[in-house]
Amino acid sequence: MSAKIRVVIAKPGLDGHDRGARVIARALRDAGMEVIYTGLRQTPEQIVAAALQEDADVIGLSILSGAHMHICPAVMALLAQKGLRDVLVVVGGIIPDVDIPKLKDMGVQGIFLPGTLMQEIVDFIRKHARSRVESV
Amino acid sequence: MKSATSDTQRPAGRGAFTTVSGRQVAPLYTPADISSLNYRRDLADPGEFPYTRGIHATGYRGKLWTMRQFAGFGTPEETNERYTQLLAAGGTGLSVAFDLPTLMGRDPDHELSLGEVGKCGVNVASLADMEALFSGIDLGAVTTSMTINSPAAMIFAMYLVVAERQGAGWQTLSGTIQNDILKEFIAQKEYIYPPRPSMRLVTDVFAFCAEQVPKWNTISVSGYHIREAGATAAQELAFTLRDGVEYVQYGIDAGLDVDAFAPRISFFFNSHSDFFEEIAKYRAARRIWAHVMRDRFKAQNPRSWQLRCHAQTAGVSLTAQQPYNNVVRTALQALAAVLGGAQSLHTNSLDEALALPTAQAATLALRTQQIIAYETGVAGVVDPLGGSYFLETLTRDLEEEAMAHFDAIDGMGGMVEAIERGYPQKEIAESAYRFQQAVERGDRIVVGVNEFVEEDDEAIGTLYIDHAAGERQLARLAQVKATRDNRAVQESLGRLQDGATTGVNLMPLLLDAVRAYATIGEMCDALRRVWGEYEEIAVI
Repeated sequence: MSAKIRVVIAKPGLDGHDRGARVIARALRDAGMEVIYTGLRQTPEQIVAAALQEDADVIGLSILSGAHMHICPAVMALLAQKGLRDVLVVVGGIIPDVDIPKLKDMGVQGIFLPGTLMQEIVDFIRKHARSRVESV
Repeated sequence: MKSATSDTQRPAGRGAFTTVSGRQVAPLYTPADISSLNYRRDLADPGEFPYTRGIHATGYRGKLWTMRQFAGFGTPEETNERYTQLLAAGGTGLSVAFDLPTLMGRDPDHELSLGEVGKCGVNVASLADMEALFSGIDLGAVTTSMTINSPAAMIFAMYLVVAERQGAGWQTLSGTIQNDILKEFIAQKEYIYPPRPSMRLVTDVFAFCAEQVPKWNTISVSGYHIREAGATAAQELAFTLRDGVEYVQYGIDAGLDVDAFAPRISFFFNSHSDFFEEIAKYRAARRIWAHVMRDRFKAQNPRSWQLRCHAQTAGVSLTAQQPYNNVVRTALQALAAVLGGAQSLHTNSLDEALALPTAQAATLALRTQQIIAYETGVAGVVDPLGGSYFLETLTRDLEEEAMAHFDAIDGMGGMVEAIERGYPQKEIAESAYRFQQAVERGDRIVVGVNEFVEEDDEAIGTLYIDHAAGERQLARLAQVKATRDNRAVQESLGRLQDGATTGVNLMPLLLDAVRAYATIGEMCDALRRVWGEYEEIAVI
């Protein structure tokens, strides 16, 4: 029997627009996942520290400000440094087309633009998050 | 709501007979629905109290709304070029979008600014940037709106010094600073200081402008961001107007005469997708505000009773899928704002779910307004939908719903107290989640998202802002710091910090710091040292 998938939802950067982060956090929780919401203005260091502390399977970053090409590489590098390579990283927000392949190359697996249905994100996480099989 | 729709052609989702805010609507409205309305008391002719039908007797015949397109990106020079182009294309006012470091009172070289400089607006760190932003633009001749909140007083001081150096008298300057900190705590979350010292900065601007910049709109009390964060139409209406009440009360408590500052208060509403509900919202807003100002605050000047507002189409309604559909959404939302009687309007561009707009997309958005103004004929008659059984019912229902929120907030002691309790924040989060669930279930249809979906969307060209702007801004900041009189800067900042511990008006101290080329980060830090920073408790 599988235990709950653990997800850290984070708002990096200076932006305060948290509607998306809060709605997805609730949707993932309602879908049976364990969700930790970091709140606003988290540095990459704080986000990775939260993932480590919470034993997260997934990090979800909400970025609408255009700072994703600065924030995502920093988060990916820190994850590698801490030995958290199997943590699934997904990004939601306003991401220009040209940046999508670059983000995928650095290991961001899921990129979700405005208008994405929550169910699509739930399904993606269920499919791609590391398995957490424990005996009960 | 069950209804007799044909089996073969479902006209819309199961929730089709509720508004986008979830309000049930009847299939038909008749004179019985508005029998309690009294024309003179509740509607009145345009230009007459309570201004339900508009604040100007002649509507848009006397003066069309201002077509004010919000723009800003990269360096001040790049944005200056966009302004010049918008003015040449027939835009009639400027509207400055600042980047996040500026909005948060941080210099480009601050740790948290990395990657954000110039990205979602223009970066302005010191007077040198403000001078470049308005180079070649006569501040005595244009009206400028600046979307700036936590550091509104600092940015406004920079604008005033640019005007001073151009030789444009402050008495003649016209424009708006958003300066609405309450909605930052409620919705947009770009706050710096705790609520109470933040309110002091707001009332210092009120007092300063009443004497020195009398034609300036000192605040734009904003429902736009509240709606974007997920509020319903009634919540947007209620929280925005109740914020307005809070500002008026704080102004009076600071010793100002209500009629000395209330005429310079303006509002900013969203123009969302639900056509009639939006039109009703503007009309209800005017009626509520007129009563609040006359009856609650005993204002004597009719201009204190008149709610003037800017409107912007709903960014949150734009979809990344099938982006050309956004042109149609925006046109209909803009039409609602015009039929609702807004004084100025921004229309969003089709590509804004993907990036900041390209010049072509921004021009098309402006053209949308021009087509409404010059081709549809809707500007020729004042409040053309006034008297509609449906619209008048919606207007009254929205007013009643808003007043219930007023009572709840008054019961908590005011909006600052309600914010400290998280009341509006929780209400909005609930509405946002309910809306998303309705979309997920297919109860609410979003064309191209959960119905009429296309597998391969046509890609459109978008504006791409690279890191170059950040590097140029860092270089200019270094140059400013190397060439200014650093002793004068430190002295002015010391006086500012001292001023924050006393009750003096901070505007003259900020003007002195700006003239010495103190940066926005330095000025905001001087006050951070006295007031501290606000931190929200994050809850899902």
